[in-house]
Amino acid sequence: MDVLISLLDGIMVALEPINLGLAILGVVVGLFVGAMPGLGSVNGVAILLPFTFVIQSFTGGATSPMIFLAAIYYGAMYGGAISSITLGIPGASTAVSTTFDGRPMALAGKAHIALVAAALASFIGGTISNIMFTGFAPLLASVALSFGDPEVFALMLMAFATFIGLGGDDIPKTIFSICIGLVLATVGFDIVSGEPRLIFFDITGFTHGIRFLVLAIGVYGIGEMLWTINTNRHGSSMTQVDVSARSIIEAIKEFRHAKRGTLIGSFLGFFVGILPAAGATPGALMAYGVAKLTSKDQASFGKGNINGIAAPEAANNSASTGAMLPMMTLGIPGSPTTAVLLAGMVIWGLQPGPLLFTNQPDFVWPLIGSFYISNVIAVLVNLAFIPVFLWMLRMPFTILAPMIFVLSLVGTFAAYLDMFDVSLMVLVGFAAFFLRILDYPVAPAVLAIVLGPIAEPKLRQSLLFSDGDFTIFLTRPIAGPITVVALILIFLPLIKFIKNKMTTKKET
Amino acid sequence: MRKAEIVTAIILGILSLCIMWKSGEAPAWDPTVARFDNIGLIDGEGPGSGFWPFWLSFIMFICCIWIGINWYRRTSPPSQSDAPFLDSSGKHMLLFVGGGLIGFLLVIYVLGFYGAIPLFLIYYMRFLGNHTWKLTGMISVGMPVFCFFFFDIAMRIVLPKGYLEPLFIPLYEIFL
Repeated sequence: MDVLISLLDGIMVALEPINLGLAILGVVVGLFVGAMPGLGSVNGVAILLPFTFVIQSFTGGATSPMIFLAAIYYGAMYGGAISSITLGIPGASTAVSTTFDGRPMALAGKAHIALVAAALASFIGGTISNIMFTGFAPLLASVALSFGDPEVFALMLMAFATFIGLGGDDIPKTIFSICIGLVLATVGFDIVSGEPRLIFFDITGFTHGIRFLVLAIGVYGIGEMLWTINTNRHGSSMTQVDVSARSIIEAIKEFRHAKRGTLIGSFLGFFVGILPAAGATPGALMAYGVAKLTSKDQASFGKGNINGIAAPEAANNSASTGAMLPMMTLGIPGSPTTAVLLAGMVIWGLQPGPLLFTNQPDFVWPLIGSFYISNVIAVLVNLAFIPVFLWMLRMPFTILAPMIFVLSLVGTFAAYLDMFDVSLMVLVGFAAFFLRILDYPVAPAVLAIVLGPIAEPKLRQSLLFSDGDFTIFLTRPIAGPITVVALILIFLPLIKFIKNKMTTKKET
Repeated sequence: MRKAEIVTAIILGILSLCIMWKSGEAPAWDPTVARFDNIGLIDGEGPGSGFWPFWLSFIMFICCIWIGINWYRRTSPPSQSDAPFLDSSGKHMLLFVGGGLIGFLLVIYVLGFYGAIPLFLIYYMRFLGNHTWKLTGMISVGMPVFCFFFFDIAMRIVLPKGYLEPLFIPLYEIFL
């Protein structure tokens, strides 16, 4: 009952004119960002994070900026489907599986049905995940309140281990990516001893540490853009869409055939979203796979089955809410976008984690309330403005890209008022571009940069407490099982490798 | 791609060793502390200041060796690929887009943001994008005007103006 009252209070705050306006603006920006090929929620949130300081200076709190960023996240999940269906190019990685059936439907003259199915499935996925979030979040936060330093460090270890065990990328490159992120987070002064660390070439700009936004905007504003320009050189043709009222009503009627895919995506997406390193992309792919496997008409998947659109679209929306759960209750982000949101919360003076629900209910509940509001706004704006988004999708990349470069440089300067940070951001962008070509995953590094300043003190305090005994992470009742799971995940690729070798030996 | 894979692994391996060396640096104010004294556990203090970065960069170095082994055994996709690291279009893109971006950054130091933004937008949209002068002009003028009113006037975040600073004094007198 308390939860419902808090939620209602939160929704009322989220409906205040300023917050509602920011949610609408955020959703529109998110829809655009999600729809543009090469841009995803993480790019939008990272590039626009410096601009939220403006919102904070006007509203005085962290709630409104966070509502704005969360709305971008929501909008982007909806927007990804638009270009997947009409262009055949996923607007974001989260909408890759939407292309499988969305594009064939569009080519068959049913683009309006596909777009409406994507919007409605996203809405249902978002609503179900919001209800689950509201139920699970306070529960998980109350459990997490009993966590000490070893437990928190063990959780962080598990977050990184998930990338290694389940991430699917090259393992040494993933580990390298995590470690470089953690190392970059140590630049500056050691908060325990006060000693300077890793001040390269005695450049004074490093004494304040490498700021998170410098890395996030460098990776997602510059590096990703260069990579997108390099990979998407060839143009594509856009499918014509019938967006008359009659065709939309017809499409809404057709949606009744997408119930199964929507429900699979909604529930599966949420639980996959909770896992660090998983997030919306694998959630959507898994939902597509399960929808296909459990279908009586498997042969129609890939040729324009409406469930093949509904399942991934419901899943990516549901997963985006799921990824917020560990971020807000444990202080551990479940995806790169939530890592940026978490960094934003820290910049605004909040301490993400279980205490957030106890100490900052005025922040938490309006934010959760805004999830519901943003979800409704997103489906309405999406359906109403499909023609506008189709028009905007025709904007050439040679206009969008320089504007993003300009915003990245201006945004970085505005955040820290330091040209050294701007130069460093550009350097990071080029490094991220080169590493991306060679399959070095960048998401683990971004997560590590956010978690590094939390993980290191937790490890040091735990070891100080145990007098240097590392078994503290294995002997405590909560930290122990978490560490064991983390170790299993770390060694999972090795176990798989040995198993494969043995199978091959047996066969020969 | 194969050559780039091993060259990158070697560069990152050297970087890891440099970070290990740097992590072991003793504070300048305490001559009694030797290099690498801070990378282990210190009695009563727990891990030293270099403990976390040193061992992380050690793991990074091991990863680089691992990447090298994978390269030798041709088990990673880039190590199997005969495709160039950047094909001619990629090099062209890097030269013109990446070069333009670096040029933009350098011009900011001389002409400030408000001089560099229009130049960069004209370069990118007109010369790389082949857009009309009308469209290029509108965006190249609109963007810095928006930035000026948003940052300098509304937010009081003064963006660097380089040698163009005197031109903005009358504007400040009008709007501030």
